[in-house]
Amino acid sequence: MSKIEELQDVVVQTRRDILRMVHKVNSGHPGGSLGCTEFFVSLYHEIMELKEGFHMDGMGEDLFFLSNGHISPVYYSVLARKGYFPVEELNTFRLINSRLQGHPTTHEGLPGIRIASGSLGQGMSVAIGAAQAKKLNNDINIVYSLHGDGELQEGQNWEAIMYAAGKKVDNLISTIDLNGQQIDGSTDDVLPMGDLKAKFEAFGWDVLEIKEGNSVAAILEGMQEAKARTGKGKPVCVLLHTIMGNGVDFMMYTHAWHGKAPNDEQLENALQQNPATLGDY
Amino acid sequence: MTKYEDQGKNDTRSGYGAGMTELGRTNPNVVALCADLVGSLKIQTFIDENPERFFQVGIAEANMMGIAAGLTIGGKIPFTGTFANFSTGRVYDQIRQSIAYSGKNVKICASHAGITLGEDGATHQILEDIGLMKMLPGMVVINPCDYNQTKAATIAIAEYEGPVYLRFGRPKVANFTPVDQKFEIGKALMLSEGTDVTIVATGHLVWESLIAAEALEAQGISAEVINIHTIKPLDSEAVLKSVKKTGCIVTAEEHNYLGGLGESIAGMLATQHPTPQEFVATQDTFGESGTPAQLMEKYGLNNKAIEKAVLKVLTRK
Repeated sequence: MSKIEELQDVVVQTRRDILRMVHKVNSGHPGGSLGCTEFFVSLYHEIMELKEGFHMDGMGEDLFFLSNGHISPVYYSVLARKGYFPVEELNTFRLINSRLQGHPTTHEGLPGIRIASGSLGQGMSVAIGAAQAKKLNNDINIVYSLHGDGELQEGQNWEAIMYAAGKKVDNLISTIDLNGQQIDGSTDDVLPMGDLKAKFEAFGWDVLEIKEGNSVAAILEGMQEAKARTGKGKPVCVLLHTIMGNGVDFMMYTHAWHGKAPNDEQLENALQQNPATLGDY
Repeated sequence: MTKYEDQGKNDTRSGYGAGMTELGRTNPNVVALCADLVGSLKIQTFIDENPERFFQVGIAEANMMGIAAGLTIGGKIPFTGTFANFSTGRVYDQIRQSIAYSGKNVKICASHAGITLGEDGATHQILEDIGLMKMLPGMVVINPCDYNQTKAATIAIAEYEGPVYLRFGRPKVANFTPVDQKFEIGKALMLSEGTDVTIVATGHLVWESLIAAEALEAQGISAEVINIHTIKPLDSEAVLKSVKKTGCIVTAEEHNYLGGLGESIAGMLATQHPTPQEFVATQDTFGESGTPAQLMEKYGLNNKAIEKAVLKVLTRK
């Protein structure tokens, strides 16, 4: 089995995890989670240099910050299947007394999480701080962050985008999930953001695009290229073109599944489209 | 009563700057951030001596709070610096999620707190910050009274693991606490023992309380004066011990009575030892332009106001 086929198996199993998690509690955010599944799997299984176990300080390893915290289902599944905590714990998603809160948090001590997110627009600043601490510590590893496209409507991002370029935070790779959707509709209808590539470049970032953001092969190639561009005086932005709800036909190309769980029948249909590969939790 | 000498007027923000200078020399993990107010925060010496440990973020306070949270992950102890208004209300959600809820070891250091910022007026004065910050779970809230205490507090909070809000001011005020006094977070300081009334004050109002106590002594009233530099966690024991002796209390602070020190004490006393209390604080109002002394007079925050509050509370015993 090729590496890409192996990762594809993890992707399919992650989709199943996401669908089953949100179905069980009839809440959560499947659309954006499914759209970023290939990205998360590629990042954690192939792109990032990670140490064994979880160390909050992240010294000597790459770090990842999820700014659009509502896509916690994909984050939790990938962390669990990477070994940060027991896969069975996915069963507790959004339940009382769980470490798997609706939005990710350090507050309950879930391994793998370094910051709370959910209130949008804060993650890039945090990633910048972590990246600058790495420089102070002479740590050559990279800091990754992920942001929704709609999330860029929050002004704090643009403070952070200006700062990262101005201060040459070149050990940072911030990825924007460009699925063109947000809660109230398409991003163009809600608040058009214009040419994001031109905007990031105007702020002084090195920008690259991954046109097929749901292709593991394209993500691996694009993120390796992004890594190669670090350390050259500019922060790196990856514009990741994804399809919200990817892998489940009736959830694709719509914002309808941003924050809605499938019913029993829909779940069965969705799971049939994604047969188990690694075994369900 | 115990007499205190003014060792020479100085501003509490310079105490912060002096504390940062010392931390720069003694604690390699301390880093400073500032949102375009280096001169106001008095941290130029820290910057000159540790340029690699200073982050100038520009006029972007939200970004500053997030960067500070991120710096802690690599083991740094970030001290953020801007005016109190821009350190709290402007960035409340960033502090709430990225610092307080995330349990990050950030020291939010806020100058120009209260009304004594003076001429800039109400857009820059904040009288709500203690309330905003004390409501955040896990946040320590400190408001030292003079230069020496602010310097000591700055040094002390670096040793404490967890988020802290350190509030200080702009004007030069009496510097009267001992230069070598150890700063213990959450430990009230007995300044002068008395038997008729307890005066509990924080920040700039501590010195005003000592002046009021002297005037009251001349009238035959024995006032006990306590310096509460840490509003949260509150030293309930010290307050209870005092009011059990005196039977009434006046709280004094440069802050709205809603959400301030007085409210914390009233809440504690209501459940543990109901006691007549008067509040020297602003009365749910914004400030305005004027000199610090004029504003303290107009908004009832000086020694005269404290004296008046004592005479009133004594009638309610």
